[in-house]
Amino acid sequence: MSAVKSVAAPAAATPALLEAIGLTVRFGKVTALDGLDLTAPEGQVVAVLGPNGAGKTTFVRTVATLLRPDGGQLRVLGRDVVRDAAAVRRDIGLAGQFAAVEPAMTGRENLEMTARLFGHGRRAARRAAAAVIEQLSLGPVADRRCSTYSGGQRRRLDLGASLVGAPRLLLLDEPTTGLDPVSRREVWDAVRGLAAAGTGILLTTHYLEEANELADQVVVIDHGRAIATGTLSELKASVGQDVIEVSVADPALLLPVAELLHRETSAEPRLDQAARRISVPAVGGPAELAFVIGRLADAAIEVEEVGVRKPTLDEVFRTLTLDQPATERSLI
Amino acid sequence: MSMTQTISRPVHAPAAGTAALQVARRALLKYIRTPGLSVMSIVQAGMFLFSFRYVFGGAIHAGSLSYVDYLVPAYVATIVLFTGGGIAVAVAEDKVAGFTDRLLSLPVPRLSLVLGRTLADSTTNAWSILTTAALGFAFGFRLTGSAADALAALGLCLVYGVVFTVVFIVMGLFAPNAQAAQGMSLIAFVFAFISSAYVPATSMPGWLQPFSKYQPITPMVDAVRSLIAGSGNDVGLALAWSGLLLVVFTPIAVLRYRRAR
Repeated sequence: MSAVKSVAAPAAATPALLEAIGLTVRFGKVTALDGLDLTAPEGQVVAVLGPNGAGKTTFVRTVATLLRPDGGQLRVLGRDVVRDAAAVRRDIGLAGQFAAVEPAMTGRENLEMTARLFGHGRRAARRAAAAVIEQLSLGPVADRRCSTYSGGQRRRLDLGASLVGAPRLLLLDEPTTGLDPVSRREVWDAVRGLAAAGTGILLTTHYLEEANELADQVVVIDHGRAIATGTLSELKASVGQDVIEVSVADPALLLPVAELLHRETSAEPRLDQAARRISVPAVGGPAELAFVIGRLADAAIEVEEVGVRKPTLDEVFRTLTLDQPATERSLI
Repeated sequence: MSMTQTISRPVHAPAAGTAALQVARRALLKYIRTPGLSVMSIVQAGMFLFSFRYVFGGAIHAGSLSYVDYLVPAYVATIVLFTGGGIAVAVAEDKVAGFTDRLLSLPVPRLSLVLGRTLADSTTNAWSILTTAALGFAFGFRLTGSAADALAALGLCLVYGVVFTVVFIVMGLFAPNAQAAQGMSLIAFVFAFISSAYVPATSMPGWLQPFSKYQPITPMVDAVRSLIAGSGNDVGLALAWSGLLLVVFTPIAVLRYRRAR
């Protein structure tokens, strides 16, 4: 890498965990990543948030050297994923959407095999497997075949398999999709422990809550582009406000309620005709709920249900993609 | 979570041989530990030999040889075409289940993935070949030539086992899922049946005979028969076909593994 021409690069001695510049990946006519820009410092937990088909998995697979970019650049810890793919693979650990463990082998056998494939010798592989078994509390099941594992145990083992090479960047593609709440907590605890120990982590998720629990930096992607990047507090300040939701029994009341909400909160209400529901951002926080209920009572409008709730991922996306002018999409 | 033990970072990527052995070990353990897999090939071979020996065999005229002596060497030579579907399925399953992604994300030489798979599946093929040969004797096959010639014939069948392993690996890599891999592997049946393996090619209609004559299975089968008869005709041609198939399919497998999906 020539240091002479990299004017934009900061003077920091350690290269960025991830640096994507105009990253583009196509599958035939479909553009999965469309000029993605993203930078994350070393040791961070980066959550990539987005709907299905946004390009999350494509991004992870490109970082993991499984896909070749069609355009732009992608560097992992300073190394180019195309020219230096072999070196990148020594720095990363991948746990994909499915638990890629061999069901016919025991947990320990799986870990030792992966450790050997990372380049460990026999004894080092045994030590690495034992360390991971302890770290992820897999001791009681370590010598049972994985076909007998629960979904959560399998995921934890899969996570463990990505750790036996002591990667500097851990890639987790939807690590908790399909897990029950208890197993989800277990995976979260494991990820937090790794982050605390200094491992950089890139994870994709559908869940705001998951990003909330784990990430230092959140990147929201849609149609293969980063539409928002920032810390959680920055993201929350912009789109994370609560939503007041009013449902009515009589569809004829939808418009009067929407008008009232608009008048009283000066925010833009959103109508859901089918569910006979109107939602509006609670600009003044949850306290605004009491105010809205009072106004509805004053107007003698009969409602079915009034409540306040967290915004859905869907609403976050709409806020980011529609409500802001294109020039102000960056949250930083 | 306790972090009492830290894991060291490996100093080097694994050597190609070490990585291939790890890949092979896992595939073999899966084969051995999955109930029924190793027995299935024996059951299949038994049913096939029974049908051809006792059901169709009486209607097939195999020249000077008794039909069982005509059939068994050919069936041992072609058994891997019938059991090889399992290889394609296993490769496709690994791809769909994310196992191949995991392997490809590791600093493993790409050739090791094909080598390891080939090593493991050639071993399971060898198991099929040896058990089928034993079954052949049970169904009444008897050697006419020397034991040394028979061993040479068996060795040639084991070579075919390696060759077709690579062919089925390629099928599995191109198949989008396990079902498709199973379907694609049926193409091997076409080559097995439209050959001199189970009926003399001369008994087929004239328009079919060129295909039968010039496709690789016929010389491969003829070479095994000729070794058992003590002449060794066609062995050169059979080895040439084996070499050609390996030279064509191995790079395809390596390149295809590289791309994964």
